[in-house]
Amino acid sequence: MRIGKDLVAASTTPLVLGILAEGESYGYAILKQVGELSGGRLEWTDGLLYPLLHRLERLGHVESVWRHPDGGRRRKYYRITRQGRAELAEQHRQWSTVVEALRGIWDDAQVAVLPRPVPAD
Amino acid sequence: MDAARETVEAQIGEWLAFMHRRRELSDADAAELEDHLRARMDDLVSFGLEPDEAFLVAVKRLGSLDALTREFAREHSDRLWRQLVLDGGGQGEPAGSTRALLVVVAWAVAAAVLVKVPALFGLGLDDHPAFYARNAGVFGLVPLVAYFAWRRAVSRPTALGLALTCAVGVAAANAYPLHDDAPVTVLTALHLPLALWLTVGVAYVGGDWRSASRRMDFIRFTGEWVVYYALIALGGGVLTVLTAGAFKAIGVRPDVFVGSWLLPCGAAGAVVVAAWLVEAKQSVVENIAPVLTKVFTPLFVATLAAFLGGVLWTRTGIDVDRDALILFDLVLAVVVGLVLYALSAREPAAGPDRFDLLQLALVVAALLVDVLVLVALAHRIGEFGFSANKTAALGENLLLLTNLGVSAYLLTAFVRHRAPVVRLERWQTGYLAVYAAWTWTVVLVFPPVFGFS
Repeated sequence: MRIGKDLVAASTTPLVLGILAEGESYGYAILKQVGELSGGRLEWTDGLLYPLLHRLERLGHVESVWRHPDGGRRRKYYRITRQGRAELAEQHRQWSTVVEALRGIWDDAQVAVLPRPVPAD
Repeated sequence: MDAARETVEAQIGEWLAFMHRRRELSDADAAELEDHLRARMDDLVSFGLEPDEAFLVAVKRLGSLDALTREFAREHSDRLWRQLVLDGGGQGEPAGSTRALLVVVAWAVAAAVLVKVPALFGLGLDDHPAFYARNAGVFGLVPLVAYFAWRRAVSRPTALGLALTCAVGVAAANAYPLHDDAPVTVLTALHLPLALWLTVGVAYVGGDWRSASRRMDFIRFTGEWVVYYALIALGGGVLTVLTAGAFKAIGVRPDVFVGSWLLPCGAAGAVVVAAWLVEAKQSVVENIAPVLTKVFTPLFVATLAAFLGGVLWTRTGIDVDRDALILFDLVLAVVVGLVLYALSAREPAAGPDRFDLLQLALVVAALLVDVLVLVALAHRIGEFGFSANKTAALGENLLLLTNLGVSAYLLTAFVRHRAPVVRLERWQTGYLAVYAAWTWTVVLVFPPVFGFS
């Protein structure tokens, strides 16, 4: 199953903020975590994560710092800000509403899973 | 294994170099992406891939560089503009650009100081305006020649040639016993800057003036330089007016400071700064001169057509006094400029399109106007004989007539798919030599021929 482009785009911000809410992280690790959380079904183009992170940084939702471990590579870590947490909470509310509405439709009408002929009247 | 690792390192190096060439990506972005690439590769290798395979997969997963840079550019559009001023321009000075900026400021200050040197010897701007008018080209452009000669690290013979040419220019402006109000003085004041500008061209192309494509580069540079200089002049004008007004409000009259320091020094310094700006932005933003050309070509066609219609309607010839002659020379020069700048921005391989037809119309209309001017001029010369002004005007008209005539022929051939556009390009770039010969003739030969009266 491939998830549509628009849906992927819409879900990137809450996913990234949610992952960062658990603790600071860096680009590659975030990407790996997204893969694990979705069972590998949510596919991003790796590189495009970075412009997104930079946008979140510009908006003040995350902040970044370069760390230079002994003997290791220089690596840029991102950390969620207080404002980012507020944004995450807001996104959470919005997504919950959408998910609930969808579940409502799918549960009680049992439609949409299988196509069926349109009634004549 | 080590050899394989080395190959992969070389590949990563190439990939990084490719990233660094993208102006949308800052060094920090490239480092971040490199870290990502290596982390992905480490994982893939631990799953059993060979390093070079891992590299290929990791690069592929990063996505196409074009898509990537587009996203980065969208997020960081400001960068393109910041680089405009702070980045040395890609070639020559590397991006460690505070130094490049300081060097240019030093050159601009030197050019500004040069303007004030004659005042030390009692030649003030207020008392000797004619001296400064004659030498405007010298003050403005000799520093620019020196700047490019230094920037391009020209060979010794070229440097010597440039120095000699500049010396001849200085001599032409000052050695002849010219009366301040004589017509030849005005002609020198008008032509010496043009002659020296072509000398700037020789320095700009690093002495390689025989190369047609380098000459085209200089033509592009000229157009962009004019645009930048005009912009700087506008900004400087606003600044000057505001400053003067503010000082007047507190009872200090800054007229002398503005008139004899700010304006001349600023004008001279801005020559170098504008040239540097053109260089600095060369590869970042689309050139502006060709855009202006596209906008104004139709308007000029309409204007010239209306003028020709007016001549037919009123059945009067053109009244050629000096101002009118200069005006028509300017019109023709602008037309040649429009042809040049449309040419400078063309895809060499593209075929003729509607814009080329418009250009052909422009050139033909300019030719007709030029013929009218020449008829009027010949009439006047027949009546009153040759004078310095009329001879200069006649020469310029013939020069531009020849240029436009051949251009019309070549454009027609191009529009009819008979000749490639390169021939028009060669013609125009080659013609620069004719301009040089003519302007130096006016500067050097006219004063003795038409007397020093």
